[in-house]
Order: sequence, then structure tokens, then C-alpha cells
Amino acid sequence: MADTPLVTTNPLRADDDRRIPRVAGPCSLVLFGVTGDLSRKKVMPAIYDLANRGYLPPGFALVGFARRDWEDQDFAQVVHDAVREYARTPFREDVWQQLAKGLRFVAGDLANENAYLDLKRVVDELDASRGTGGNHAFYLSIPPGFFPVVLQHLHTSGLATSAPGAWKRVVIEKPFGHDLKSAEELNHIVEEVFPPSSVFRIDHYLGKETVQNILAVRFANTMFEPLWNSNYVDNVQITQAEDIGIGGRASYYDGIGAARDVIQNHLLQLLALTAMEEPLSFESSAIRQEKEKVLSAVQLPRELDLHTVRGQYGPGLQGGVPVKGFLEETGISPKSTTETYAAIRVNVDNRRWASVPFYLRTGKRLGRRVTEVAIVFKRAPHLPFAQSSVQELSNNALVFRIQPDEGITLRFGSKVPSTSLVEVRDVNMDFQYGDTFVDTSPEAYERLILDVLLGDPPLFPRSREVELSWKILDPILTRWADQGAPESYVSGGWGPHSAYTMIARDGRTWRRP
Amino acid sequence: MIHLEDTNGGAVASAIASERHRMGSTTTGMVMTLLIVADEEHQADATAAAVASARQHPMRILTLVPRPGKGPSRLDADIAVGGDDGPGEVAVIRLRGLLSEHANSVVIPLLLSDTPVVAWWPGAAPPIPGEDPLGRHAQRRITDAGSAKEPLHELAVLQAGYCPGDTDLSWTRLTPWRTALAAALDQPFAPIQSGCVTAERNNPSGPLFVSWLAERLGVPITLKLGKGPDITDVRLTSAAGDIAISRPDGSTATLQRPQAPDSTIALPDRELKDLMSEELRRLDPDEAYARALAGASCEVPAPSSPSKKAPAS
Repeated sequence: MADTPLVTTNPLRADDDRRIPRVAGPCSLVLFGVTGDLSRKKVMPAIYDLANRGYLPPGFALVGFARRDWEDQDFAQVVHDAVREYARTPFREDVWQQLAKGLRFVAGDLANENAYLDLKRVVDELDASRGTGGNHAFYLSIPPGFFPVVLQHLHTSGLATSAPGAWKRVVIEKPFGHDLKSAEELNHIVEEVFPPSSVFRIDHYLGKETVQNILAVRFANTMFEPLWNSNYVDNVQITQAEDIGIGGRASYYDGIGAARDVIQNHLLQLLALTAMEEPLSFESSAIRQEKEKVLSAVQLPRELDLHTVRGQYGPGLQGGVPVKGFLEETGISPKSTTETYAAIRVNVDNRRWASVPFYLRTGKRLGRRVTEVAIVFKRAPHLPFAQSSVQELSNNALVFRIQPDEGITLRFGSKVPSTSLVEVRDVNMDFQYGDTFVDTSPEAYERLILDVLLGDPPLFPRSREVELSWKILDPILTRWADQGAPESYVSGGWGPHSAYTMIARDGRTWRRP
Repeated sequence: MIHLEDTNGGAVASAIASERHRMGSTTTGMVMTLLIVADEEHQADATAAAVASARQHPMRILTLVPRPGKGPSRLDADIAVGGDDGPGEVAVIRLRGLLSEHANSVVIPLLLSDTPVVAWWPGAAPPIPGEDPLGRHAQRRITDAGSAKEPLHELAVLQAGYCPGDTDLSWTRLTPWRTALAAALDQPFAPIQSGCVTAERNNPSGPLFVSWLAERLGVPITLKLGKGPDITDVRLTSAAGDIAISRPDGSTATLQRPQAPDSTIALPDRELKDLMSEELRRLDPDEAYARALAGASCEVPAPSSPSKKAPAS
């Protein structure tokens, strides 16, 4: 009987049996940087939520690694507190008990070789006691400066080597470098230790339902795609605005700035999904191919000074509350030239988008927290109404609201009810994700972590996409580097004055998000 | 809450619409109409469960409570729209006298336009749900054999009267078991030779589980009577040992695999609202259920539990 080959295809899974979800196989997640905000507020709660929804294997293990004098139970307490405070699904003692049995902690310095030998022992012990089967994902929730040393030690300790039939994966968070050169170096370092298919770059925006919905709306319907080109689209505005300042992230943010922090990854990814051609299939390789194509087609304007804007928030009132300016924030040099607002115009040089400008803007301390992609259509070529009738009619628009109030708004003109005069005014038709599919949508991190454990990469950018984005941004960053202080803007508004002149130069206006 | 006495279907529809208007919202986000057909005993729990799952699936819930009798025909309705209970709309409609046999005519003006209709009988169901006048509106019809006095007999009736789009909550209750077992077989395993499900007497999920396993694995699967609650054990036997999940206490289960440490799985019985949320997630015919139902043996197994070594395969 020992000769009978093992069955490797699962007979209990059938394509038409949609009630059974895909559950991650036996594995563990090793978390570097357990004390960080991201670990506590996002990663740990997401793991509990996944367990609660039944997506984690029974023997799942979570290993914490940090320079803390902790025992397993201290780590368990930290995870417990994080779960109690931030998890989205209700706390259930039986689920927690099941999860808690797989919690381990390894104390050690990131640079200390011996700590990795300890980690190796813990991981081997988990393979024996929890049946994790040699499958381990290393989640590097640490500053990128530590990546080389951690990866090096993972390599030399043998932790990064996968046994036949088992996997080792690495998860890294943005920023993926701070310019093209550093991104290439980082990719080189990571991919020297892990093969490209085992590297998962987490951009939590891509895990959002509404972001994935852009592709669904474009390619599952008939009525949008025919309009999705320069014949009908006047311009595209992609906005990510935050109402908060930099908070406690001074050490990270100073010298990085809005463009590197947001445009390089989130906004260019949104642009790629909005502008890309139809992929051959929804397989990750097919989508990636189209994204890479469209990112390669992105062109910067020749006069960068006229079509890019950088700003820095000054003091002001935000929703009635007095707030500090960027230069007064703790940990920020009073002479800092880091931008907290960035707006750029790019074009996509292909037939579909010829002459359609894409405006990307992001900023902190703006009017409200919002992320959206607005497709602004051209005016009707002829309006058979009196000028006064259509005075209040503006461009039709289709808006993907990424957050908050996730959904889609369609704006078009409609007749104002009245007996005598014909008057046409803008109206909005609204689809609210939250109204139609409430609660079911998993949080972005849940989805991304599950995809890591399943080994399903469609939502993760590969090194080439990252490098293409830096290629787009690098000339702008270089141009900005020697321009001194960015223009100050009042907190609580919609950015610096020059942002308005920049878009007005093209004869257009920003949408108020 | 609006209470309408001695009214009609059209008046209920306009009461819902005007209440919507008053609250300043529209019904465009609604994804379906759910018809619940229940007696007074089941209607409150079923409506509450539906309202709770309306948080995931915003919908119009029409609970129809037929109260047949000799008296005059009469329709009373209680209507609630939006509010703290969730985004949905609920109308509990009581049909008296002859009208109780004509619920269909009341329902037609109340169905949301161009959205799916689901019918649910939390208690007694018609023998052929797909040919019932209310069931015919629905693309998905949900029954619960477990609520019948003789669940296995009820399962046999549903089996004979199956139409695509039917589903039963005794199948829904199996999902966590099926998920856990399917996950266990995601790892390479030695060929399965036979299997055994232990279920409480009269539990309709038992025969469905057995039938599903037999169909998927192509090996003999036996049903054994156990003390419960519900299903307590499933066991797949191979030359290398058993792959088994046992849940003696109705909440925590132990997963056993050859050459692997035992592990615990939380496998609690789910509430009605969770079952409904799962049911409403997909509205196309459940073909896996159709196959499991078709192959289910609905006879009550003999009390002397057959030994699991019995099948000579």
C-alpha cells in the first residue's frame, strides 16, 4: 500500500459547487515588525477575520519576530488586544482559541544571525506540531532599509529555501524604493533570494473591491466600453485626498512626499486599470501584461513646470478645528521641502487615449477624505436648446468612488420639471456598494493575505510594473528636487492655487470630489 | 412601522413607496424580493433572520402568513422600511379566509421590477415548490426539510418534486463540514476506499452528506446513526489511515489525518440568518445540491448501526 501513489487532485472540489470556498492549505505567516501600527491595526485583525470566516487551515500558525523580550503568551496578548480592537468580525472565543494555539514569538534583532536560527527552529517545530508542511510566508512589515539584512539572513539560515512540494513566500509593503534606481536595487535584492512568483508586493488599494470593480464594470458590460476612448472622453481625473496631516509618520514622510507615497503606486495603478486594454483573460499574467503595456505608454508633458504642481500644507482650520502646518509638525525640519500635495498631468500615447489628459492629484489636509476615478466626457457636439436652457449643464461624468461611500456615480443632464421653459441641469445616478452588497466585502488586507497564502497573485504588482511607475515619476522628481520650497496651501481646502492654474491652462477645471 | 387593516396588494405597494420617499431614499439598491411563506409559528423568526441577512443583501421581504378559515377574505399588513434594522423593507401580510389561497394575486404588484425573486418556506413547504403559484415567481426556492415532523420523508418528497433552483437548508447546514473536509483533501492523500457519516436519527443533512461524498469520491459511503447533535462524525478510510472530522459537542471539531498532528476546527451550528445569507449569495440553480439530492437515500436507517467495516469493496 505504500506503493499506491497519492491522490493530488481534490475530488471534493467541483466547479459548480460554489458554496465551498478556497481555504489556504497548511502554512504559517511569519510577521517581522509586530509592534508597528500596520501589523496591529491591519495584519493581525485580518488574520483573525480570515480565521473567523473559515479561510485559514486548522493548523495555521502566526509567528512574531521582533526585538522584544517576550514569551509566546506576551505576543498572544498583543495579538489578542489588536484583534479585540480592530477586527471586523465579532470576537468568538473558540475561533480565538484555535488561532492562539498557533501563535509563536521569536525574540531577536533583525541583524542578528542567531535569531534566524531560533526562527528556523520554531518554524520546524510548527511543521511537526501544527502540520504547517514547510509552507511559510514572511511578511516584512519593517522599514525597507532592513530588507537587505533580513533577506540575507533568511537566505543563509535556509529559511528561504523551499522543500519540494512546499513553498516559501515573501510579502513586502510599499514603498517599493524611492526612485527607479533604488527600486531596481530592491527588486534585485528580493529576487536574489525569492523567485519573482514568490514575491508579493502589497498595495492595499489593489485589494479593494471597488478597484477590482473597475475592470468588472469596464469589461462585463456593453454600455461603457464603447465610450471608453478619446472620441468621447475629455479627460480623466484621479484623486486621492486625505483630510489628515502626516500624523506620527514624520520620520517616514519627510523626504518621501506625496508623489512617491501615493502617485507612484496607488494612482498609477488606478490609471493602469482605467486606461488598459481588455486583457485576454482575468488570469494574473494577462492583466499584468495589459497594465505593463499601458504604463509603458504613459508620456509626461514636455514642460514639466507648467503641468505639475507641488504643495505643502500650511496651518489652517479643518472642519472648524485649528490644525498645524506641515513645517510645524513634530519631527519635520522647518526647512523641509517635502511636498504634501502633488498634481501631475500625463498622457497615454496610444490610439485609444490620444490627446486625453489624465490628471493625477493627491494631498494631505485637503477638504475631505476621498479617493475616486472620474471619467469626464466631452460635451455633446450640438445642443438643440437655447443657451439659457443648458447653462447649468456640465460634462457628463462617470465616477468610481474608491473610498469612502464605495460605489459609482453617473452624472448626466436631465430636464428640470417646469411647465414653461426647458431647462437642463446635472443630475447624479448612484450605485452604492454598501447598499447593494453590504458587509460581505472582505477588508483589503484580508483578501491580500489570503491571496498570499493561496499563492494567487493577480492583485500584486510585479517588479516590472513598479519599475515602470518609477520611470514615469523619476523625471518629475528630478525636476522638483532643485525647486526649493513647495507652494503653501491652506489646510482644509483643495490644494495650492497653482493646481487650479495648471488645469485651467488646459481649459479644464478640477472636479470637486 | 405602518399597520394597514383590511387592505390590498396595491395599497401595500404604495405605502412602502411613500414611506421610502418620506425617508428620502430609493429602492434602486435593492437586489431582490424575498417571499417568506410561513404560519404564525415560524413567521417571526424567519422574518427576523431575513432582516438580518438583508444587511448583506438589501431586499424587499414579503412575509405571507396564510390564515385559512371560513371567515371573510381579508388582508392586513405591517410595513417597516429602512431604519435601524437594516436597509431593507419588510411587509408582514396576513391573508384570511379564501384570500389565503390566492396569495399570488397579492404578491404580483409587490415584486420589485427586474430583480430576482426568492421564495422561502421556513416550515411546511408545498410538495413541488417549483410548481407552487408563489414558487413559480422565484428563481430560487428554499425549503427546510429539518423543520418537518418527518424530515427524511420530507426530503424524499423534495427529491421527487425537485426543479432547478430548489435548495434546502439541510444542505446549507453542511457547508462548513464540506468546506473543512474539502480543505483536508487539498493535501495529497492516499486513495480513499470507503467512508462513513455519523448523523443523528432523522437528520436530513446525513443522507445528503453521504450522497455527496459517494458521488464525488466514487466509493461506498455508509450512514451510521449517532447520538447527535446533528452530524457528529465523518470518516474517510484509506490504506494510510483515516481522514476524519468529529464533532461530538456540536461546536468544536477535531480534524484527524494520517501522519499529521490532530487539529481543532471551530464548526459551530450556524444561526438561521447565517444560513439565509449563504443561501442568498447565489441565485442560480445549485447543481451540486441537485446531484446530492438525487442520489440521497431517504430511508430511515435501521437503528442497529451498520458497522463501518461492513462494505466489502
